[in-house]
Amino acid sequence: MAEHDHHHYDDHSELSETELRVRALETILTEKGYVEPAALDAIVQAYETKVGPHNGARVVAKAWSDPAFKQALLEDATKAVGTLGHVSRVGDHLVAVENTPERHNMVVCTLCSCYPWEMLGLPPVWYKAAPYRSRAVKDPRGVLADFGVSLPKDTEIRVWDSTAETRFLVLPMRPRGTEGWSEEQLAELVTRDSMIGTGFPKLPGSPS
Amino acid sequence: MNGVHDMGGMDGFGKVEAEPNEPTFHETWEGRVLAMVRAMGAAGAFNIDTSRFYRESLPPHVYLASSYYRKWMLGLEDNLRDKGFVTASELAAGHAKEAAKPLKHGKFGLDDVERIMVRGKFERTPQAAAKFKVGDRVRAKNIHPATHTRLPRYTRGHVGVVERILGCQVFPDSAATESGENPQWLYNVVFDSAELWGPDADPTVKISIDAFEPYLEAA
Repeated sequence: MAEHDHHHYDDHSELSETELRVRALETILTEKGYVEPAALDAIVQAYETKVGPHNGARVVAKAWSDPAFKQALLEDATKAVGTLGHVSRVGDHLVAVENTPERHNMVVCTLCSCYPWEMLGLPPVWYKAAPYRSRAVKDPRGVLADFGVSLPKDTEIRVWDSTAETRFLVLPMRPRGTEGWSEEQLAELVTRDSMIGTGFPKLPGSPS
Repeated sequence: MNGVHDMGGMDGFGKVEAEPNEPTFHETWEGRVLAMVRAMGAAGAFNIDTSRFYRESLPPHVYLASSYYRKWMLGLEDNLRDKGFVTASELAAGHAKEAAKPLKHGKFGLDDVERIMVRGKFERTPQAAAKFKVGDRVRAKNIHPATHTRLPRYTRGHVGVVERILGCQVFPDSAATESGENPQWLYNVVFDSAELWGPDADPTVKISIDAFEPYLEAA
């Protein structure tokens, strides 16, 4: 017991100021009966395990495979995704925007970090950080270069700044050489960044 | 407010650096902060716009120097303290010392988790017809409210074209100050890059924002 206490003390001495404050806040909210700690555990677990880019990838793969679904997705993405029982439930205000040889779409939130959580999971740090938020609307080609992505000079770039509750999902172009592939195989090619517009899908045969 | 959070078009922040195989949370406390914000919001302590307003109201040097979830933590503390759910003395002590303040939707429990994994609905019944239609030229007003707004500075005074009508939705400027939902028509407005960034801008780029009707005037 003394041994355990000793280790416990050591652990605490290494906690950062932020971590101490977070623990304090959780203790207060729990003691005052505002939240159940088990409910907080469940929220964390859901974001770590249930939501993620695999949801968006299935939607994209379906759109690549099924022209009627693609049309429905572009017309009303919330409704279209709602018809796919196997994808996580999606809230309102989802808009899918299609990449074509003439136009590339890229999504940002200059004011905070708005992002289609149900489709892509929680946003990566770069999406929430100043370099992306400041430059995406002014120098999208420069930002794409940071990702190692370059587009033909005459391709139109459309940047969607997520300033309200609309959430944008980029529908990337289907890679060549995937004729006859199943939706499951296609979904493996769809990367998170390709659905934000800062990357492309993987090519067939590229390492996963 | 003309805060440092309104970053569109600023220079000097450097390259975008992506982290390969980034974890969902880098530290355990980050997940706890996210969960507390979601839980207290769902329990009715505050709405999403208020939550955003608290983060952008952090002093600029704090905002810029804090990690994403530290901003969330700081904003949450301020928000809950101002609304009387926790006190400064409790935050300092790390324990409850006073009676709880009733939450609009009651304690957040395990049964509530599933419903918050789906986004809320922000569309409301319109009180009037939409003022603009698809194809209309509109100017983002030159307005500088000191409180929360979702009209980015880089668009103010500039002319764009309405591309979509997104229904009538909760107006963040009102919701953030707890003065009601005050639903307003919402439009996707697209701007040419030269209109926003001048003649040297990349002519292949177009930028759009979602703009509420009070942000716009006919052009």
